[in-house]
Amino acid sequence: MSKKFLSGNEAFAEGIRLARPEVISAYPITPQTIVVERLSEMVEDGSLTAEYVHVESEHSALSCAIGASAAGARAFTATSSQGLLYMAECLYYAAGGRFPIVMMNADRSTALPWNIYGDQRDSLSQLDSGWIQAYAENAQEALDLALMSYKIAENKAVSTPYMANLDGFILTHTYETVDIPEREQADRFLPPYETDNRIDFDNPKNMAFSAGPDTNYIFKFKEHQGVLAARQVIRDTEKEFAEIFGRKYSGLIDTYLTDDADYILVTLGSIAGLCRETADKLRENGVKAGVVRIRYMRPFPNEEIAEALKNARAYGVLEKDISFGNEGAVFTNVNSALKKAGINISGYNFIGGLGGRNISAGDIQDIFSGLINGTDSVNFIGIGGVNNG
Amino acid sequence: MKEIIWLGRGGQGAFTAAKLLGAAYTSGGNLYALAFPSFGPERRGAPVRAFTKLDTKPVLDRSQTEKADYIVVLDDTLYSPELNKLIKEDGKIIINSKSPAEGAETFDAGRIAAEFRLPTVNTVMLGLLTGISGIISADDAVCAIKEHMPAKIQERNINAFQEAVQEVLQ
Repeated sequence: MSKKFLSGNEAFAEGIRLARPEVISAYPITPQTIVVERLSEMVEDGSLTAEYVHVESEHSALSCAIGASAAGARAFTATSSQGLLYMAECLYYAAGGRFPIVMMNADRSTALPWNIYGDQRDSLSQLDSGWIQAYAENAQEALDLALMSYKIAENKAVSTPYMANLDGFILTHTYETVDIPEREQADRFLPPYETDNRIDFDNPKNMAFSAGPDTNYIFKFKEHQGVLAARQVIRDTEKEFAEIFGRKYSGLIDTYLTDDADYILVTLGSIAGLCRETADKLRENGVKAGVVRIRYMRPFPNEEIAEALKNARAYGVLEKDISFGNEGAVFTNVNSALKKAGINISGYNFIGGLGGRNISAGDIQDIFSGLINGTDSVNFIGIGGVNNG
Repeated sequence: MKEIIWLGRGGQGAFTAAKLLGAAYTSGGNLYALAFPSFGPERRGAPVRAFTKLDTKPVLDRSQTEKADYIVVLDDTLYSPELNKLIKEDGKIIINSKSPAEGAETFDAGRIAAEFRLPTVNTVMLGLLTGISGIISADDAVCAIKEHMPAKIQERNINAFQEAVQEVLQ
C-alpha cells in the first residue's frame, strides 16, 4: 500500500488499473477527461495490459464495451453529462444483455444553459436504464468502488453493468491523500472475468436477440432480479474487501447519528461530509440531527432508509437534481421507501448545487432549520420553495 | 483548519501551487488536505481561483472557502480591497506586485521567477507563503515539487521556491 496525493479521477484510474480491464473504450469529456488520459498513459507505459480503443463518440464507446464484454472481456468506459445522454440508447442494451461493464460517470450538469460543472442530473435521469448506480463521497471511496465494481457486476447472480458516479470537479478534480492497494492484494480480491455470456465458437449460442410479447417480460423480470441480487452481493463484496484491504464500507447507505436523531438529512455524493459536520454543530446546540448518505441509488436501499428514518420527526432530501414539474428523483425514491414501510413523517426536498453552484455550511444549516420549522415541499436553495403537494 | 485561497490567471499555475501545498502538508502521512480549483475549462488568461484546506483530521467540508487564513494573489490585477471580506481577522493577503498595496504584503515574485528563467510565479508564491506562514516545511515542499512537477523544471522551481523562502526571512 502506498499513499499518494491524487484527484478523484486519478484515484479512480488507479483502481481501474488494479482491476485489469482488457478493453477500454472511451471518448473524453470534461470533467471525466483525466481518468481516460491516465488510463491511456498506463496502457502506453505497459503498467496496464488492455486494448485501448479511441472511439469517435460516447455512443460508440459503450457499443464497443458491449462488444468486448460479449467476447468475454472485462470492459471499461467513462463519460459525463451530455456524453452519458448520448450513449443512453446503449445503456439499455448493456443492461438487457447482462454485460457487466463498469463505467465511471463524472456527474455534471445537462444543457441548456450549457455548463460543464457538477450536478447529478445526468446519472439520475438514467435510474431506469438497468445499471447499478453507486455514488462516491471522496477519492478513496472512488478508488475502492473501481475495484469492487467488477466483483459486484460480474457476480453470476447479478451480471449487470455498474455505473460509479463521482461529483464533477468537487470529486473528480479535488486532490487528497489516497491509499493505493498493492497489486497482489487486488489480484487476490478480484479474479479474472469468466462467463458463459459470451460469443464462443465451441459453444455457439444466440445472444442479444429479440423477444416478443410472450417472453420479453420474463427477461425484464430476470433483469430486475439481477439488480436486486446486488443488494447481498454488495454486502459480501465489502466484507471481503475489508478483510483484504482493511477499509470498511456500509452497504447501500451510510448513516451518521441517526439512531436518536429527530431531524435527518438524506443526501448522496461529496456533499455528505459537510452535512455531517453541520449535524455535529447542531448537536452542540441540543438539536438531534443526523445524516443518511445514499451510496447506491440502484439497487435502492428501501429497507435501510426506512430503518434509519423511522424514529425521526422530519427528514430532508438534499440532491443536485430536479425532475421538472415534480421534485428531485432521490426525494421520490425516499418517499416511496417510507410509504412502503408505513412511516408517515414530514419530508422536504432541497435542490442545490445545480450547474456546480457552491453549497455552503450556511446552506446546510438553513436546510436543517427548514426541517425543524417546516418549509415548502420542494425548495431550491437560495431561491425559494414551491408547494406542489 | 487552515484555509488558503489562490488567485491567478489561467496558465500561471495557481492550482498547481494549491496542490503542491496540500501534497507537502500531507507528506508525513498523518495530516489531511484538500486542494481543488473553482474553474472548469482551463482558459489562458482567465481569472482562476484555487483552494487548499489543511487540517489535523480529515477535511469533510468540500465547499469553497468563505474565510481564508491566507489569500495568495499571483497577478496583482486580480487584487481588490473586496478580497478583505474573504479573509479571517488574523489572516494575510500576499500579492505578487512591484508596488505596495493597502492591507497586504507584496513581493516582486516575478523578479525571482525571472532569475530562474521560470515563466510562472507559482512556486515563488508557495515559497513566500511558506516563509510567512510556516504551515509547511521547506523540505516537504521540495519533496512535493519533485513528486508533482515534470523532471526538467524541478530544479529551477526548487531554487526559486527556496529563494522566496529566504526573501521572507530577510
